[in-house]
Order: sequence, then structure tokens, then C-alpha cells
Amino acid sequence: MALSGGVDRGSHSMDKSITLPPDEIFRNLENAKRFAIDIGGSLTKLAYYSTVQHKVAKVRSFDHSAKETDGDPLYEISVQEEITARLHFIKFENAYIETCLDFIKDHLVNTETKVIKATGGGAHKFKDLIEKKLKLKVDKEDEMTCLIKGCNFVLKNIPHEAFVYAKHADSEFRFQHTHPDIFPYLLINIGSGVSIVKVEAEDKFERIGGSSIGGGTFWGLGALLTKTKRFDELLQLASKGQHTNVDMLVKDIYGGAYGSLGLTGDLIASSFGKSATTDKEFSKEDMAKSLLHMISNDIGQLACLYAKLHNLTRVYFGGFFIRGHPVTMHTITYSINFFTKGEVQALFLRHEGYLGAIGAFLKGAEEDNPNQYSWGENYAGSSGLMSVSPELNPVQRARSGTFDMLEMDRLERQLVNLPLLQDPTSYIPDTVDLTEDVLAREYWLYCFEEALDGVVKRAIASQKDQPKAVERAEKFRQKYRHKLQTLRHQPFAYGSLTVRSLLDTREHCLNEFNFPDPYSKIKQKENDMALKYYLKVVKSVEELSWEQRQFTLVKGLLAGNVFDWGAKAVSDVLESDPEFGFEQAKQQLQDNSGIDIILGVFPFIRELLIRGTEVVLASNSGPALNDVTNSELQILTERIAAMDPVIHTALKEDRLALVQNGSSSPCLDLSRLDKVLATVVRERGTDLVIIEGMGRAIHTNYYAMLSCESLKLAVIKNSWLAERLGGKIFSVVFKYEVPSKAQG
Amino acid sequence: MKLKSSSKPAFPWFGMDIGGTLVKLVYFEPKDITAEEEQEEVENLKSIRWYLTSNTAYGKTGVRDVHLELRNLTICGRTGNLHFIRFPTAAMHKFIQMGRDKHFSSLHTTLCATGGGAYKFENDFRTMADLELLKLDELDCLIQGLLYIDSVGFNDHPECYFFENPSDTQNCIKKPCCLDNLFPMLLVNIGSGVSILAVYAKDDYKRVTGTSLGGGTFLGLCCLLTGCETFEEALEMASKGDSTNVDKLVKDIYGGDYQRFGLQGSAVASSFGHMMSKEKRESISKEDLARATLVTITNNIGSIARMCAVNEKIERVVFVGNFLRINTVSTKLLAYAMDFWSKGQLRALFLEHEGYFGAVGAFLELLKSSDDA
Repeated sequence: MALSGGVDRGSHSMDKSITLPPDEIFRNLENAKRFAIDIGGSLTKLAYYSTVQHKVAKVRSFDHSAKETDGDPLYEISVQEEITARLHFIKFENAYIETCLDFIKDHLVNTETKVIKATGGGAHKFKDLIEKKLKLKVDKEDEMTCLIKGCNFVLKNIPHEAFVYAKHADSEFRFQHTHPDIFPYLLINIGSGVSIVKVEAEDKFERIGGSSIGGGTFWGLGALLTKTKRFDELLQLASKGQHTNVDMLVKDIYGGAYGSLGLTGDLIASSFGKSATTDKEFSKEDMAKSLLHMISNDIGQLACLYAKLHNLTRVYFGGFFIRGHPVTMHTITYSINFFTKGEVQALFLRHEGYLGAIGAFLKGAEEDNPNQYSWGENYAGSSGLMSVSPELNPVQRARSGTFDMLEMDRLERQLVNLPLLQDPTSYIPDTVDLTEDVLAREYWLYCFEEALDGVVKRAIASQKDQPKAVERAEKFRQKYRHKLQTLRHQPFAYGSLTVRSLLDTREHCLNEFNFPDPYSKIKQKENDMALKYYLKVVKSVEELSWEQRQFTLVKGLLAGNVFDWGAKAVSDVLESDPEFGFEQAKQQLQDNSGIDIILGVFPFIRELLIRGTEVVLASNSGPALNDVTNSELQILTERIAAMDPVIHTALKEDRLALVQNGSSSPCLDLSRLDKVLATVVRERGTDLVIIEGMGRAIHTNYYAMLSCESLKLAVIKNSWLAERLGGKIFSVVFKYEVPSKAQG
Repeated sequence: MKLKSSSKPAFPWFGMDIGGTLVKLVYFEPKDITAEEEQEEVENLKSIRWYLTSNTAYGKTGVRDVHLELRNLTICGRTGNLHFIRFPTAAMHKFIQMGRDKHFSSLHTTLCATGGGAYKFENDFRTMADLELLKLDELDCLIQGLLYIDSVGFNDHPECYFFENPSDTQNCIKKPCCLDNLFPMLLVNIGSGVSILAVYAKDDYKRVTGTSLGGGTFLGLCCLLTGCETFEEALEMASKGDSTNVDKLVKDIYGGDYQRFGLQGSAVASSFGHMMSKEKRESISKEDLARATLVTITNNIGSIARMCAVNEKIERVVFVGNFLRINTVSTKLLAYAMDFWSKGQLRALFLEHEGYFGAVGAFLELLKSSDDA
């Protein structure tokens, strides 16, 4: 069936054809279930849950009881199908509802679904249509309850969900790192009216106030005053107007400021005051602007009064009046700043439009316990902020249709804060915010674009025998390149742009096209080779004096760290010279030391273990570049233990523990770590944290303050970054920090 | 008010409050003029007195609120009547010209003025009519004027009133009352815009906040929406209209009460919410629009005032300002809003001389200033 052109075009002047292929919008419909729909005044938000089958690279140890031969690989890599849960949210204009329902009906295979949860003001209007088309029973859910549920969900699961809007700043959107405890907060929902809700816990919230002067007042009164029908058009008018032609300002009354009260001359004394005393025609633009100011200021004032009364400082704004409109975000921000003198910041949400649908979905999915899991935004499948904003980019709106998507993956592990963060509330993982730093942004976007060919080549090489590898790799290239282009124009699309988010986006795009672990074979080869050198390295280290040994071990850690396929300078050398090995790496550092984990990390922890130190070795849960994964590490450790009694004993005595960190990124967000790791850290009373590698210690966590001693080490494998930090490429960062006493 | 009678200022005694929309003027007409005095009285002073007291309308737009006149008032040792006059600020230049034509400057009186216009028109008074203004702070004047009028009463009646049974439209009755324990009070002055003051004592107050949605907004929007030209016209239309044709109520959205949040079906959910629909816009009457504008502005002021009262922990809320003139729709609505939303904790109080307290305060300063001299 064709999705385009199926709708009556009479009522709207806009073209209703969907320019994206519908199967790219309603993805994974075959096994979709637990539908929820939120129908607002103009937009519909559809939510469903699907299971995604995708390939994952699994490693499995061979049976080593038989005598080994040199040619035997260490372990076996198999690509397996894994099923993971994913949430899909799609936003589109109400005009498409019928077409969309038809498409869903035709592609829905799953028959266990009987009910669709519905919320929003338009839900009753479309009830019959939905029941007829989908043959599902419409089950209505309370709007505000859904909204709050959705809000809690995004605040908990999307680190850069909230932002401050600053119209005249270098970057309009300033993302806030979400406080680990999201409660209490105030949600000001500006729909046709205004609701002010205080949220104290997951299921504890109260409407503490509201106002009838809201989006409906702007729209209704605006339409009467300007004869302009559409809300968007009214905002457009307002953005071109001069409110001072309509409003009576303090200076119109005083001739200047009202100094003794600190009221400036430009302050509005009486909204529309000039139209009461002046007998003239007012322009539509000016009236719309005056109305916008009047309503925004009024809402801001009430919000402040309620925030003050309830002693709350986190105030989020949502509702159709706000929904991605820079004009209203600006006026509300201005009003809040004015009335609280900067004490309270107006916060907005990236996925504000989806809150109702997310909440309705969660209501319907309670038996799946979605709140017991951690979820992560899938950058590959999500459109990003402002993807369909008419004000920002009218051309793009026309091109990509009016569909906006959000996809969230259920993470296998529950993620929590590292208990050793000195101040979880102020912890920001990323070292450089590319949303704000224009030069850095340009550099890194260029870098990732340059590296794309190599990544595509590597992806194909990793699946030579797999079907359609070239075709899929090409799709990956297109997708990621498109993401990079979007980020060039809208760096705020997925929250703060960082090297980490660029890397994660690439991983998500690779996964999307079933390249779960392009480096698996390289890792395998490297591990194999490194194992052969292990005893030799250990032995040579043992022969050194204590002091020399410490130096050598640390250099070993750093030399191993050069083997990072993420860094272009290194991958260039590695691609061109397959024989480039550990000795070369040492020379590059003008001195000595094992390929990352085996020849760098293990000799180092071995020394610690000999000292009697307990070691928890944390590694990635999922693959990212050539970083070792926890499952690979299990096998490697087993093999090393077979050769080395020190490791063997430590494992047996549980003085060496291998724990996964919950991450599948070359970078590390210490506020989203595996719960098990956090527990182990707490139980074992960890007193030293060593963070190794450019992704984890430089791109992220460089400034992280821990409550125990910490060591951050890495080799700067990027000349631009080295220059920025005031050094040369392959310079070493070795940062030992002791927490200040005051922090206990 | 203790005013020494030793050194009286020269007549005429005026107090003026030049607001954004209206100029409020109080004039003291001495009734105890002796024959001797009368003989000495210069001609233009007599003519001013005669002009002001024998007319109730001045030019096209000036009005004397005869019903507010305070009779047999003794002040500064003189007895007479206090007159209350208003005209639009737009006519200010005409007024100044009149002052010039009547050689006001020859009377050597001090013209005490408050309100923003005291600053804005200061130079015009000087250059056009050779008059010097004594500029006074409008909030100081407002409070002093209010306390004075309340203390002298309204021709043997209380100045203050409230509404009994504010939540019951059938039995809601205006009742006079005495402001025994004045302080603390939240004073809400609704002129073109709104100022909200917390008053703790005669000379101890702070401006809590204000809003630009005031009387000027009501009239301004009404003029644009209905084509009316005056406040009286706008109120007349509003009195005949039905705001529920314009506003979206809770029941229009939820079919009844929104029980989850304890909202009554009859509560306004979205002011002008029905006007989002083209059909409804096309069939709506001017009267309904005027009423909705009035209700919207009034409820909003009520809501902000109530929040301020709660934040400042003040139970008495006194509403003044010319927005409330001949506007029982708003006074009753404010009384209802205070009572309903505070569950009876807050009481709305009103004063008969609504918008004139600033001018009275300025007038009092005249008597004080010559005292100091």
C-alpha cells in the first residue's frame, strides 16, 4: 500500500504525502505491541514497543584441554541473533492519522495486542476511527498522569534531556546534566490553559495551580485580533512585530524609568495600553507580539509565585505553546529571569512533545516493568530536536515530511552513578562541549567525516562472508553522514554534542545495519599475538628494580593504549603497516612496554596484586571500536591465569574481579554505570580508580572529581587535541588526583 | 492625620495624580470663606472655584464624580468640600493650556502631582504654563491618601466595603465595613497596569510585584475586539455578554469536573479557548467578547493577588484603582475568587473612592509641605 497521497487534500493547503518511506517511520511493526497514542490539537504521537532482532558478536572460548598448537585462535567469534527491546515514538500531524492507521493495520503481524492506550484532548475524537481501523479497544488514560509519567521517564533515562534556552548566546540550547535525583520539580504545562504540577516522586504529584491564560488564549485572542488562523502563523507574525507600538511602557507614563522602584522605562506597564488610548490602526504583527509578551509574562509570573511558595528551583515548561518554538521559549525564559532575578531558570525538554505518549505507553506496559530497566536514546533511529521545526528550517520541513521519531533501547543493565563521584549533581562526563565550542565542533565533525571511509571498509572486512555486507555498509555510510550533516547545522539535535556522542552515534548506526562489532577479528588477532608475548613481558618486568619496574609498567599501560582504532593517526599507521606492533608502539613513545589489555593492563595489575591490592577490572559490556569487552576479557583472563600463577591465585581468592561497566562506548559516563559495578565498588571500599585511555580519561572524565584517589592516563593520539592541550601528538597524560580533605 | 493649622498654604488646594490613562484631580472647595477673605480673593481664583464647582463635566472628557464628593471636611483648620475630578491623560496638554489661559501661575500655589505623568509632563507645565510641579511618589501618595480617606469616612458612612456570600451569586450583597485592623494589608492598585503592595504600617510598605494585565489591557483589547471607544461603553457591553461562549471551560474539555485535580466543570480552562475555532469566531457577539475580556483580566489579577497574599502571609486584600469604577462584575468576581480559591481564608475589600487615593495623597502633601516651610 502506498502511504503517500491517501489523504484528502482539500482541508489543508499543505502537501500530505509522506516523503520518507513509511517503513522507515513505523519501524519494526511486524512484532510491535503495546500501542499507545496521544492525540493533541494538531499532532499525534504514536508509541509502541518492539523487539529488535539484531546481530551481536559473541565470543566463546575453545576447549583448551587438548594440547595447543600455534595456529589456534584463542576464542571463537560468532555472530548471533539477539533480541532486544526497543520503544518507538512517532510524531506526525493529525491530518495523517487515517493514512498512518491504515499502514499500521496492514503491517501489524502481532495479534496478541488487543488494546491501545490513548490520551490527549483529541483521543475521544478519533476513538471510533482507531477502533475501526486497528480493531483495538481504545483505553483512555488521564492526560496529566501520562504527562508526568513521561516526564519522569525522559528525565531519568536521557542525560541531556533538559535545556536552558538562550536566544542570543553562541549556542541557543544549553543542556543540563540531569540531577541524579530528578525530584522534586515543577512542571508547567502550557496547553490551551496552564497547569502547574508539583512532582515529588514517581507516583506522587499534585496540581498546585494553573491559569486560564495559556496557549488557547494566545491562539483564540490572536486569531480574533489578526484574522490569522494557524498557531504557527501567529507565532510568525509575533516574531516580526514590535510590542512597544501596542503596549504602554513605563516610559510612556513616566517619560523614562520609575527609578525609585527600579522599573526600567522599557518595562511593559499595561499590555495593550496604547490601543486603549490611541485611536489608530495597529499592525497584526505588533498585536501578535504584544499578546505573546502578555501571555508569556503572565505565565512566567505565576510560575515564579508557585515556585517560590513551594520552594522549588527546577521548573520545566511544556505544552503546545512551548513545543520547540524558539519564540515562546525565549519569552518564557525572559519572563522567568525577570520575575526571579535569575534565581530560577526556565528549563525545557528535548522530547517534550512525546511525554503524553510515553506516559500512556508506560501505563499500558506496566506488566513489562519498563521502569525497572535503564533505557538509552538510539541516535540512529531518532530524529533529534527541531527536526521538523518550521521556524528553524522551513526547507527541511518540506523535504523530510513532518514525521519525527524517537527510539529508545532497553539496556541490558541497570545504570546508576559511580558511588565515588565527589558531587554527582555537578558531574559532567564530557571534557569539551562541542555545542558551545565552534572550533572544536568543526574539527571533530571533519574528523569523523574523514574517518568514515575507513570505518565502512573495516565494517565490510569484518563480514566478508556475510550477505549484503557491502550494501549494508553503504547504508551505514549514508546514515552516519546524514547525521553528521544534521549535527553541523543543528549541533543541539541530540543534546550536548560531544566526541562521545559522535562516537556513540556511529556505534548506533553501525548496529542499525548489523555491524555489531567490526573490530572483533582484529581484536582476536591482536589478543592472540599479545598472549604470546605475555610471559616474556612479565619476565622482563620482574627483572627490574622496584622503581624501574613501576616506570616500565606505567609506560606499558600507555604504550598499549596506542592501539586505539578510533584515533586516526594510529589507524593510518596500522592500516598501512600490518606488522606494526608493540615494539613500534614503544618506540613511538621513545621507551618501553604489551598490547593494551594483555601487555599493558595485566602486567600492571599483576604488580598491584603482588602488593596485596584487590583489583576490580571493569570493562565494556558491549563492543565499541577495538576496546576489550567483558566477555572477551573473561576468556583472556582465563588464558592468562593458565600461564601465570599470580593471576590464577588472585582469581581463585577473589582478589581480582572482572565486572562489566554497562557501557558500549569508547567513552565513559560515570553517572550511568552498571549497578553491579557500583555495588562492587561500594562493597569493596574502592580507594583508587584508574581510568585509562583517550575516550575515558580525556574526552570524558578529564575533569571528573572523585572522592578517592584517582589516576587518569592516556596517550593523546590526535594532533589537534594535543595542540589544544598544549602538547604534541603521542604526548602522555598522567593525572594523579587526591580528593581535598574537606570533601571527606 | 494631624495637620497643624498654623501655616496654611495659599488657595487653591489641589492634588493631582497623572496616570497612564487617566488624570485624577482632587480639589478642596473652602466653604468657610469670610466676607473679608472673599474681598481679598483674586479674580482668577474665584473663577477657578466657580468653574470647578458649578460644572460636573469639563470639556468633552472631564468629569466630576459628584457622588464621591466629601462634604464638610475640616482640614488644616478650614472646612469645605473635597471634589473628585478625572479626565483622560490624552487631554493633558489641553489642561496645561487652560492653566496658562487662567494665569494659574499668578496664584503662587504649589501644584502637587504624583503618578508617572508628574515626571513626564513636568517640563510641559514649566514651559507652557510657567508652573512648577512638586513631584511625589505614587505609591507613597496612594497609601497616605487611602489611610486619610478611610479615617475621615465617606460622609458619615464607612469608606470600605466587602461582599457577603461572595460564592453565592444570588445572595452576594455589598456590605459596608470598617477597617479596624488595617495592617498588614495587601493593596492591589488596578489602573492601566497593576501594582501590588504589602503594607505593614503607615510608612512601611513594599511593592511585591505588578502585572501589565490591568485596566488598560481590558480597555485596549475591548477597543480592538469590539470597536468600542470608552471604558463605560466596554463595561456596558460586558454587562450584557456571556463569557462562556468565548472561554473554554473545564467541562468543555472533560465533559464535567476534572476530578483527578479537583477542578469544577464550570472553571475556565482556557480564556478565549473557543476562539481557536473559526466557526465560533465568526458567530461570536461583541458583548460576549467584552465580557470574556473583563473576566479574563479580573480573574488573572485575582489569581496573582491571591498568590502574593499567600506568599506574604497576609489575609486582607484591598483592591483599589479606577478599573473597579462602575465595575461590579469585577469587584464581585474578585471577592468570589479570593474566597473560593483560599477556602475562605482571604477576604477581598474595596474602597468607594477607588482611583482617587493617589490624588488625595498628593493633596495631603500640599498641606504638609507648606507646614514644613
